[in-house]
Amino acid sequence: MEFGLSQDQLMLGDSVHKFLASEVPLDTVRQLAAGEVDDSSVWQGLADMGLAGLIIPEAHGGAELGMLDAVAIAEALGYAACPGPFLSTAIMSAYLLNAAGATDPLTRMASGEYRVGIAFSDVIGSRKGQVTEADSKLTGQSLFALDASADAYLIGLSDGRVFMIEASELTRSSLSTIDVTHSVCELSFDQSPACLVSSSSELVWQTIYRGRAIQAADTLGAAQYMLDQAVAYSLDRKQFNRVIGSFQAVKHMCAEMASQLEPCRAFAWYAGHAFDESTDDAALTACHAKAHMAEVGQFVAKTSTEVHGGMGFTDLVGLHYWFKRIGFNRQLLGSPEAVRHEAAELEGLC
Amino acid sequence: MDLSYGSEYDAFREEVKSFLRSHKHKQPKPGDGIKSQAIRDWQSLLIEHGYHSRTIPSEYGGYGAEPDIIKSRIIAEEFGAERVHRGFNGQGVTMLTPVLLEMGTEEQKKAFVEPTIKADMIWCQGYSEPGAGSDLASLTTKAELDGDEWVINGQKIWTSTAHHADWIFCLVRTEPDAPKHLGISFLLFRMDTPGIEIRPLVDMTGDANFNEVFFTDVRVPKHQIVGQRGQGWQVANAILGHERGSLATPDAAMNRLSGVKRLMREESINGEPIMSNPVFRDRLMKLEGRVLAMQYNDMRLLSAKINKNQDVRLAGMIVKLIGTELRHEIECLGIDVMGEIGLSYGDNPHLRGHGSWQYQYMFYLGLIIGGGTSQIQKNIISERGLGMPKEPKIRSEKSAEKLAKEA
Repeated sequence: MEFGLSQDQLMLGDSVHKFLASEVPLDTVRQLAAGEVDDSSVWQGLADMGLAGLIIPEAHGGAELGMLDAVAIAEALGYAACPGPFLSTAIMSAYLLNAAGATDPLTRMASGEYRVGIAFSDVIGSRKGQVTEADSKLTGQSLFALDASADAYLIGLSDGRVFMIEASELTRSSLSTIDVTHSVCELSFDQSPACLVSSSSELVWQTIYRGRAIQAADTLGAAQYMLDQAVAYSLDRKQFNRVIGSFQAVKHMCAEMASQLEPCRAFAWYAGHAFDESTDDAALTACHAKAHMAEVGQFVAKTSTEVHGGMGFTDLVGLHYWFKRIGFNRQLLGSPEAVRHEAAELEGLC
Repeated sequence: MDLSYGSEYDAFREEVKSFLRSHKHKQPKPGDGIKSQAIRDWQSLLIEHGYHSRTIPSEYGGYGAEPDIIKSRIIAEEFGAERVHRGFNGQGVTMLTPVLLEMGTEEQKKAFVEPTIKADMIWCQGYSEPGAGSDLASLTTKAELDGDEWVINGQKIWTSTAHHADWIFCLVRTEPDAPKHLGISFLLFRMDTPGIEIRPLVDMTGDANFNEVFFTDVRVPKHQIVGQRGQGWQVANAILGHERGSLATPDAAMNRLSGVKRLMREESINGEPIMSNPVFRDRLMKLEGRVLAMQYNDMRLLSAKINKNQDVRLAGMIVKLIGTELRHEIECLGIDVMGEIGLSYGDNPHLRGHGSWQYQYMFYLGLIIGGGTSQIQKNIISERGLGMPKEPKIRSEKSAEKLAKEA
């Protein structure tokens, strides 16, 4: 019996941590926010480490690793607030295309040269009409599609079918959100030619569940960063001739963050492991992990900012990039309330 | 990640199952008190088969097995699944026995361990005092040597099972001039010694789960001390370490949460089952997520005990704080889903679950406070888990600690 990350998984997470600490500093995130750079060079760097092809079969140039490996990496990406389409291309699209047998794009995806975005708002819960299909042509709009720089998109329809469409065949406009480290866009289709990838409603949901497990791990990493920063800041900042970390009020804020966050580590690991072993509770665990992590993440994001006092509110320390990333993960692919409702359905409670 | 226990344990699990099949009917009934023959017989049977006091050496009455975390876990799982009585686990068994084995004399081990684990000798714990709660080391119950006897005067509080106990393990101040942590000794004495008065302490549940114990010139043989004079604080800390982890297990929390689910299916308002109310259902699912996090945290702790390859100090430190608060909230939801019915208590004919929802709701508030309050836990987590500064000491405590280090 061994619960936790293997030596290989620890080393993998560690190498990504180190790479991001040196190659994707806060300045990169700031440049991204200012529109001075896009995420392509960061993504190519990650692809060169094998992250783009992480779960893609070796036959298609990938590393053929599992979801627990992906969880270890997502935690490192969250910790660094790393931009790039890991969630959309490397996890959700790679999983769905491979599972559906649509393996053509996988080799180019694994190398990092081809990015496939995710447009599942009609599946999760449409707020603006629905995309319709006739004669393999799509019409309508999809909001908050993941990856504004993708080469193609997987469009999920409300009936569970998934179509793939090249970016050149649709109209795309970038959408600003609070989180500059994830790019999203609005897609418009007008009789746009599309290719049916899957008619399996089950497959599109399995893809979403995997995305949620990755989001949970990403928020875990981002929240861990915010806790570490809060503790470090509290041991440096002095008021009343003492470091503020010696005041019980501040210590208790940090203890509360740690107490809520620490069990999430084991939770995220199990969520990844459950997919690798195809356990019966994999989907339910992913939903619970995503919703629970969203709540803990929100608490840590707020509390860490408070520990930093006025500085936490400024752009100077840049803590808000992590605050916003946690906020992004909370809403995308289902708000905590919506996801808990699904969890209750999965359990047959409603 | 490998969550199987390995095929070498399959035979052991079968053994446990088979024991339960053939002996389950002998377990004590709910009404059997802690001093009943039924409890004692069951206890002896469990020890004989290695399902209680498993790793206690056989020369002191235990089963004498090598420690094996997985076997212990399997026993817990199988007994839990069959809802079979785990045997008597009073404070003497869980807290005193490990300490005696570690710090007691050979005579003490021989005299006390076997009757304690066999439930022939019931113990209570004399630690807390009216003026010494979170700051336990400031206790003032004093013991003075008079010839071959300690003479004890003072008062203890929060002494559970004092009214059933044959013996007490007790912290007393024997060195009044020493710094506070160095002036304490750990004594064992009989509860029927003249000069001991027990007053039940009725708590918010309506029961007397605890007592106040008063000592007036209680005379105790000099040799009934564990460790040396002034070493009692070290002994006490060894025991508190045993206490903290055991107050709030995630598996028990999940059981109670399943109970809430049952209530929500069975109870209805205006003909609608509570489960169809999305607000209550969301509270349920939110709690379920939190319990799951603690269950996987628990698996991580178990794995670390077996493989010893992970630093899980922080993961262990948070269990009492999060576990007790979580349990309190689960019980609260159980009450809330019943509405007015949830108010029922005592002999109310509309009682659900024998009144356990209100009772546990209050009892777990007691556990949030007892065994190191949530606030003390947060001090520990921030200082030992996150490396933040210790609470500033006032001058006299500083000099006391300095002296303690020199000693």
